[in-house]
Amino acid sequence: MSVTGFPAAGQKPAAGRRDPHPETVAVVAPHLARRPRTGGVSTTRWFTPWLLLAPALIWLLVFSIWPSLNTIRMSFTNAKPLGGAERFVGLRNFIDILGDDQVVGALLNSVVFMVVCLPLLTILPLFIALLVEKKLPGIAFFRTAFYTPVIASAVVVALIWTFMLDDRGLVNGLAEALGILKEPLPFLTDRWLIIISAVSLVVWKGLGYYMIIYLAALGNVGRDLHEAAAMDGAGAFRRFLVVTLPAVRGAMLLIAILVCIAALRVFSEVYVMTGGTGGAGGEAMTMVMLIQQYSRGFTGDLGYASALSILMFFVTLVPMLILARINSRSDA
Amino acid sequence: MSIATARRSRAFGRMGPGERISRYALLILVLLVSIGPFLWQLSTSLKSTDEDIYTKIPQFWPSHPTLDNYARVMDAIPVWQFIGNSLFVAAFAVGGNVIFSTLAGFALSRLRFRGRRIVIGLFLATLILPGEATIIANYVTVRSVGLADTLLGVALPGMIATLNVLLMYNAFRGLPDAIDEAAVIDGANALQRFWNVSLPSVGGTVAVIAIFSFIGAWDDFLWPLIVLTSPDQFTLTIGLQYLSGTFSSDQRLIAAGSMIAFIPIAIVFAVLQRFFFKGVEEGGVKG
Repeated sequence: MSVTGFPAAGQKPAAGRRDPHPETVAVVAPHLARRPRTGGVSTTRWFTPWLLLAPALIWLLVFSIWPSLNTIRMSFTNAKPLGGAERFVGLRNFIDILGDDQVVGALLNSVVFMVVCLPLLTILPLFIALLVEKKLPGIAFFRTAFYTPVIASAVVVALIWTFMLDDRGLVNGLAEALGILKEPLPFLTDRWLIIISAVSLVVWKGLGYYMIIYLAALGNVGRDLHEAAAMDGAGAFRRFLVVTLPAVRGAMLLIAILVCIAALRVFSEVYVMTGGTGGAGGEAMTMVMLIQQYSRGFTGDLGYASALSILMFFVTLVPMLILARINSRSDA
Repeated sequence: MSIATARRSRAFGRMGPGERISRYALLILVLLVSIGPFLWQLSTSLKSTDEDIYTKIPQFWPSHPTLDNYARVMDAIPVWQFIGNSLFVAAFAVGGNVIFSTLAGFALSRLRFRGRRIVIGLFLATLILPGEATIIANYVTVRSVGLADTLLGVALPGMIATLNVLLMYNAFRGLPDAIDEAAVIDGANALQRFWNVSLPSVGGTVAVIAIFSFIGAWDDFLWPLIVLTSPDQFTLTIGLQYLSGTFSSDQRLIAAGSMIAFIPIAIVFAVLQRFFFKGVEEGGVKG
């Protein structure tokens, strides 16, 4: 590829990159007048864009669109992880799902996840963002540190929390030392405490991520708005209500939806905390854990796993539709 | 007038010492919550087997710091091989996403051609698919081409993420049209415009994509868990889960193992965080 520079123009990028006015180029490069015009931005040969798009399009087809169709197809079969003959079973998988206590339990767990995560992860990160927004000495360090849980693997984080939430671990130890608890709480074995433990882990790991989204939104708040409000005699709290909140409303909505979807997709945290079992009787399983469980081994069932995948897709669609609805209403 | 100015300077000039102190106090509190657990794990990984790690009053400082647990992890599982496997997968993810989503994003935003809107719509539409919903079918695809239980099978699907294509599309779209027109008048073809004119202006977003592709591949758990069965193919996260399943009674060992997985990624991020936050300002996160 000979793409090292502009063929004719010795002054190359400087003219094109920074200067938004094409007229200047004509002045700087008068030799262009002698060149035959090729006509606007569409000098490109027709296949150039498709060539550049080809890899991404192929990936989209092979790893997104085809698997979606294949999931639908497989959900009507009894395909097995270890291969073998595949039979059409009609709606059997879907009917089985309706009567599957584990699926009902997993959906219930998802709802609990959402209900607890939603307020915590839409509100706490906003306050943290307001805290790191001000340019104080060392603020870059704090921002980076607050983001650290986001970059760590869910497996690592879950192992750390498993140790901290152990019967003899840090949390129970501290709580007993401070006299808050008489006996250790079974964070990792009780059916509901497992979910609550996983929620706290997900919240802790998500704070930094949503903080960044708020930080980007706060960057768009005009300083003069704050000043104007202050001059009108608005205190810090009032300024937060009338200036900051309206400015981050869009980000807050986005985050609310992202949190809902993330709650429905939880896997690694619960998997690692329960050693892959989902607690006693698998009652603390999540939807994705069920899908994973049916994807492997002699007892696996890809048809059933596909039907579960479709159910999961429709469940995650709900918060997205709500977002679309709210968005279209606020535009009107 | 002077009252207004005074109030203004109180609110927006230097913050008072009271506010400064309370801000730092809160910052330190959040700091303890966010990195405390990592430090606790680090401390545990450095405690010798003679030391009780379940003391009633937590001991944050190891009484006899030792790297012994790290050596034991390396005896228990082939850590270097797992790291190599994870790096192999991450290299595909970073290379594929940086190169191909940049090319595709450029074509979608800076070139005019028939069908462009349809392609953009197609990319947008697949965004609503949660990856977990197609993971079974993706496994079937990978298995059908003989890549089940291989690292290539783990690496391949993540090489070009739709979201990254759209992030690049967004970044390129933010550049003024005039820079293209100027380059066209200069006689630059599409590739030259891509390389010399557009690409240098979206470095922040490229950096965000590179960082996140690496982190995503290094941290991924579910997909390699589904694809891989042989221990010699395990990535580090799978190896870690295997370690904790086998040595669940020895928290020092697990602590050391999790630090081995965490420290490299922490270093990568600490070194590159400048680019990351710059990319965020460029709009690389909001998508």
